[in-house]
Amino acid sequence: MSSVTKKRLTAGDYIIYSIIAAISIICLAPFLYVVSISLTDPEVYVPFEFNLIPEKFSLDSYFYLLSTNSFLSALKNTVYITVVGTIFNLIVTFSMAYGLTRKSLPGRKFIFYAVIFTLVFNPGIVPNFLLVQELGLINSHWSLILVSLTNAWSLLVVKSFMDSLPAELEEAARIDGCNDIGVFFRIIIPLSMPAIATFTLFFAVAHWNTYFNALIYLTDSSKWTLQMLIKTLVIDSGSDAVGQAGATPEQATLPQETIRMASIVLAMLPILVVYPFLQKYFAKGVMLGSIKE
Amino acid sequence: MKNTVVNSNAHLSIMSKKTSKWQILWKQIVKHKYFYLLMLPGILYFIIFRYAPMWGLAIAFKDYSPFKGLMGSPWVGFKHFIDLFTYDYFYTLLRNTLVINFMSLILYFPVPIILALLLNEIRHDVFKRVNQSIIYLPHFLSWVVVAGLTFFMLSTDVGAINKLLNSWFGDTFAFLSNDNLFWLIVTFQSIWKDAGWGTIIFLAAIAGVNPSLYEAAVVDGANRWRQIWHITLPAIRHVIIILLILRLGSMMDVGFEQIILMLNPLVMEVGDVFDTYAFTQGILRGDTSIGVAVGMFKGIIGLIMILGANWITKKFGNEGIM
Repeated sequence: MSSVTKKRLTAGDYIIYSIIAAISIICLAPFLYVVSISLTDPEVYVPFEFNLIPEKFSLDSYFYLLSTNSFLSALKNTVYITVVGTIFNLIVTFSMAYGLTRKSLPGRKFIFYAVIFTLVFNPGIVPNFLLVQELGLINSHWSLILVSLTNAWSLLVVKSFMDSLPAELEEAARIDGCNDIGVFFRIIIPLSMPAIATFTLFFAVAHWNTYFNALIYLTDSSKWTLQMLIKTLVIDSGSDAVGQAGATPEQATLPQETIRMASIVLAMLPILVVYPFLQKYFAKGVMLGSIKE
Repeated sequence: MKNTVVNSNAHLSIMSKKTSKWQILWKQIVKHKYFYLLMLPGILYFIIFRYAPMWGLAIAFKDYSPFKGLMGSPWVGFKHFIDLFTYDYFYTLLRNTLVINFMSLILYFPVPIILALLLNEIRHDVFKRVNQSIIYLPHFLSWVVVAGLTFFMLSTDVGAINKLLNSWFGDTFAFLSNDNLFWLIVTFQSIWKDAGWGTIIFLAAIAGVNPSLYEAAVVDGANRWRQIWHITLPAIRHVIIILLILRLGSMMDVGFEQIILMLNPLVMEVGDVFDTYAFTQGILRGDTSIGVAVGMFKGIIGLIMILGANWITKKFGNEGIM
């Protein structure tokens, strides 16, 4: 629909525009509602009454959450797993993908298909759990980092990205006396910066959002991640999780609801902050996915 | 006599060829030593975390007891599978898995296609970009956040919709513990979270259409509807077919995180699926062998279906995924 159709909007256009606008509103409505309640002054908040605009604006719910030990500890744990996990993801994924690009490497095909097989067959939740248990990683944050160290899909996307890099630079570096490791660090890594940026976001979002592994491997609530805490606070209507953190009498009078909504907003916040980057890089990543040899 | 000499010579030459072949291979391996070094962490990861658990599948054929361990537990053959297949609840799990997938196929699958077609009709660039940004956003939220937002919309105490119902009719409705609504709610959650993001692949296919096709259609008097029908849809048909086949290949998969967050005792009968059952039986209740057997059944059927889907894709003259 390009240059030919540069005319006034028709009735059809208005219908289409309204449908899209309505869909956007459906996507945004839950956010607006949650953000608005989380910003309502707990003093004036009336439960069971629908109110989209706060009667009295206040950040008390946020201050309260950020003063509880359970929330701070979950935040700290999540940041730790996200940062350390993402660094390990990048190192393991990019160095392995580089090996997979080398056509002359003996055993490359075997490794390649062994990686792809994990994409189509998974032994299931229980064997994976037993392994982590056997390794003594239950209740260790390393369980979350190690079980998702890399994955077939990322390897294949990064490999196809590296395949598309110009071979001349690599040859030139070899003539200048670089060995394979030197080529990797001096040529491949600098050229892979766009892919590294994309995958930093991929891995970081995955670590930040992960719930499944935390649920299975972290049973001790002091090890919990943010998603675990939010689940307890919001879904199990867990007045207890915040209460446990030693609430003072005044704090205990805060209505649960504004705090629960504030907790979910804080869990989304980092995602919303990096969202402009996410959108740009992820769309590229999606289009790169292909398992072709 | 002559023959034997020739034969033994041939034998010798094969021998020397063989050794030289191994030597060449060894040389190649040594030559690539740094590549193996770089790949080592990844290879170890796959061996330890992706392949070692496959030994655990043996537990499905044993009466596993944590005290006796994997080796010490006695073999029982297919006992657990027979138990599973004769157990009524197994068919409940199968039904739930298939119903949730069929609902997603009917209600979710067309949404990204329709959305992409609608977005493609928008000529106002800023309006288009803003709306795209908004409908992509939910994809990046965790299932915990999505479940939390669902809760804040539908629950009887804090749900926005129930607050409205309460102020209009003085009554609330327990959406989240209603077993008639569970399938619909999880399907709608999936649509809300991922349908917008799903448009990307279709929009990319549409972007590849030659604009002169539309110009020619306009000259021929084709209205907008006919342009969509005769130009845009055929252009994305192959993408639709591939995604449809892949979707059919993953009919055994239901998102574990999504379901476990939405389950409560009142909707267990309609919401429990293979993964959640493996989790509750195999990990929470310690019935390890049944948990492994359920997971293995699901994994093998899933493997057959995805390979079948790939085979069919190739049959259709497409490239397939593998």
